[in-house]
Amino acid sequence: MMNCKQATQLMSQELDRPLTWRERMALHLHNLMCSGCHNYRKQMAFLRSALRSRSGGD
Amino acid sequence: MSIDDQIQEFVVTRRPDLVRFAALQLRDPALAEDVVQETLMAAMHGAAEFGSRSSVKTWVYSILKRKIIDTLRTRRREVPISQLGDAGEDDDGVEGLFDQRGFWATEHRPHRWADPEDSLEQQQFWRVFEVCLDRLPERTSRVFMMRELLELDVAEICQELAIATSNCWVILYRARMGLRRCLDETWFAR
Repeated sequence: MMNCKQATQLMSQELDRPLTWRERMALHLHNLMCSGCHNYRKQMAFLRSALRSRSGGD
Repeated sequence: MSIDDQIQEFVVTRRPDLVRFAALQLRDPALAEDVVQETLMAAMHGAAEFGSRSSVKTWVYSILKRKIIDTLRTRRREVPISQLGDAGEDDDGVEGLFDQRGFWATEHRPHRWADPEDSLEQQQFWRVFEVCLDRLPERTSRVFMMRELLELDVAEICQELAIATSNCWVILYRARMGLRRCLDETWFAR
């Protein structure tokens, strides 16, 4: 199984490139079982929207 | 209200935000003032072509972003990115967050943030946010801000800075890790 370090790397990269189907599945499975990474993903989405709201992306 | 008036009003009320936005990225308050001044002149001057395609805010920021990109580009000819300070990039604390098997160390496992959307409305939150951004190593923060504030895509950033794509991802990952941790400790853990 994918570990949290690999999962967080993918959750960062998904903000910069489309993940492959295989990566998305592995990440999904990991996050179902890992509350830390589940929370991390929401926080990454929040960081993105916070920064974009700041700079006119409304 | 005419377009000219809308721009005037935006400029008067939001100028400090524009200057902070520029200063974060240029790390030079005087230069940030200059860039914002040029942006405002360009905005006034170009009011006729603005039409009403987008909001005044989006439009003014798009001009400012272009000017920041130009300024960074000029400066990079003087100071290459490889010479920017990046103390301890190899060990910036990311490793310590995980155990030997690569799973979250118990004390670092992310907890849910309470009402993050509400934070966006608070001036104090943005001050904390800026302090956290400022704490990132310079090279890391440069790449991160090009991605998240200037909204360039990774291919453009890599090309612009002459770094490999995989290196770009690693830098962005470290930036997000660092920013998340800083916000977690200084804001959400209160």
